[in-house]
Amino acid sequence: MHIDVNTKKLKKNAFRVSKHRGITASRVRVPGGACNADVLMKVAEIAKEYGNGQVHITTRQGFEIEGIALEDMGKVNEMLQPVIENLDINQEDPGTGYASSGTRNVSACIGNRVCPFGNYNTAAFAKRIEKAIFPNDLHFKVALTGCANDCIKARMHDFGIIGMTLPQYDPSRCVSCNACVKGCDSLSVNALKMENYKIVHNKEKCVGCGVCVTKCPTRAWTRSEQKYYRLTIMGRTGKRNPRLGEDFLVWADEDTIIKVILNTYKFVKQYINPNAPGGKEHIGYIIDRVGFHEFKKWALDGVDLLPETIVKENVYWSGIHYR
Amino acid sequence: MGNLWNRKALDVLLENLKKDYDVYAPKRWRGDGCYSDTDTIRYGRIDSFDEIVWNAKSDYSFKEALLPISDTILYFTENATQIPDDKKPRLIFLRACEINALKRLDDIYLNNGPEDYYYKRIREKAKFVLIGCSQSFDSCFCVSMNTNRTENFDAYCHRTKEGDLYLEFSDSALASYTEGIQVPEAVQEIQYVTENEEVVPVPENLPADIAGSQVWKEYAGRCIGCGRCNFVCPTCTCFTMQDIFYKDNENAGERRRVWASCQVDGYTDMAGGISFRKDQGERMRFKVLHKVYNYKNRFGYHMCVGCGRCENVCPEYISYIECLHKLSKIGGNEND
Repeated sequence: MHIDVNTKKLKKNAFRVSKHRGITASRVRVPGGACNADVLMKVAEIAKEYGNGQVHITTRQGFEIEGIALEDMGKVNEMLQPVIENLDINQEDPGTGYASSGTRNVSACIGNRVCPFGNYNTAAFAKRIEKAIFPNDLHFKVALTGCANDCIKARMHDFGIIGMTLPQYDPSRCVSCNACVKGCDSLSVNALKMENYKIVHNKEKCVGCGVCVTKCPTRAWTRSEQKYYRLTIMGRTGKRNPRLGEDFLVWADEDTIIKVILNTYKFVKQYINPNAPGGKEHIGYIIDRVGFHEFKKWALDGVDLLPETIVKENVYWSGIHYR
Repeated sequence: MGNLWNRKALDVLLENLKKDYDVYAPKRWRGDGCYSDTDTIRYGRIDSFDEIVWNAKSDYSFKEALLPISDTILYFTENATQIPDDKKPRLIFLRACEINALKRLDDIYLNNGPEDYYYKRIREKAKFVLIGCSQSFDSCFCVSMNTNRTENFDAYCHRTKEGDLYLEFSDSALASYTEGIQVPEAVQEIQYVTENEEVVPVPENLPADIAGSQVWKEYAGRCIGCGRCNFVCPTCTCFTMQDIFYKDNENAGERRRVWASCQVDGYTDMAGGISFRKDQGERMRFKVLHKVYNYKNRFGYHMCVGCGRCENVCPEYISYIECLHKLSKIGGNEND
């Protein structure tokens, strides 16, 4: 049997060229890693009908349905339609599957839907970002984590979004029990101390993790109404220079983060290496080439920062250099 | 005999009351909970009857409306002290179990040796409005504690199915604030809970050596000593004293009294660095036996009113109700 498939198009349609001749895998993106049982059932159905029954749970919170024959891609795309609709994925032509694959699934920890430490609804914000940036073939990796524990490893992404709260202290409700001081010291950065039986909060040191709020037995500590985020940038894995993302914005809001990410797409279109293999180049390498300040100029274009947002003057990355 | 109050009439009534009273009621504090995007229902001053949460138990009891969590009781300079001015009288909306708790607060602060000056001056001017209970909430066991009813209130209210407030006054001074407001008369039954899902056996014949029982041991490893059970309890009355010397002038300062918890480190600290009950199991024992044993020995009735808040709030799922079940197996009970 002869097979004539455009591998460039296949990849952008969220299928994979596998090591087995004639066999592909379907990559189902689940924004924020949050889906209901209907999605699981549909994935199972596709795996049984067109795959080999095996499903890989990907590192980026998708499903990779293994062992699909290349000629079945069209039928798989049709079967994916209810999944795509269920997950509210941006799509121009219904029935044609996922429309891109360059920008990776926006992944997220479970966040405050379940976790006591989570400072916001990570999946909801992930979906908001999804709606803003997809479909897109540029190589972007975004991850969201509910608190400074960073369980999703947001710092290994181009954009890492770490939830913060600015703890609010009402001294009239404080019973000097020390639970916040002990909690901040043992679980976080030791930004609290007791003076005259009341708490002194070191705002410079505070990472906005919210441990003091969860520990407080009397509601002397509560969360700020405004939800804040730390935006770390240009973390990456890979062959040349794997490194952790560094803080770019601290105490930023959602709108700012979305604008910065959208601005970065413009920046990448301007400066990407035209000869980059597969049209993909890690943003971090582009910034390494053109300089952080040029990136910053593009990233903050037209952005209305909250007055309390800290913008890093300079960002220096380290990591391991192999080249 | 009472009246049916619509929203507009209640606004006028509240304005009248607010001239002379700070009106306290359980209200929803949005985003105020321990965890992100969770609320707390607790007491606060209201500016509208719409703020009152009628259909849920408050997470924290009415206690803080009468006994501030942190209260400055005197200011001092080198050779003089001054007591803070009197606070505005309070009108407090609360449920039957809490009015029963009020009796315990009164006995502790007023009928237990010298009267407590600070409690008394707020208490004697305070008025209380009973909120009828149309339902029993999660972990309520007021019926077991015999605190589901009360007659000691200045007014009574409940929400009607139609969304009005049924309000009747037993205190004539309070009733005078309704003068000139036209509201239809009505007669409705006072709503009391007559049964709870939780039927809790109250241990009435605990042996004298119950303090040494094995039953307390397991709590040593489970309790984290956060004190939430005490802080939400309508009958916990312990406080500690704090003298603050102002940073700019150490010869002046203030004395505060602040809620204390028998579960939190420091409660039994004494001069010389001695402290008792270091073990959380012993602290649990102290608390539980105070609620259903030692207090009764002094006052003739149990301290616990069965509101179940300690049950609802414990982050470690330590069940006070389960503990009472265990104790009743050791010491028999009245509800069997």
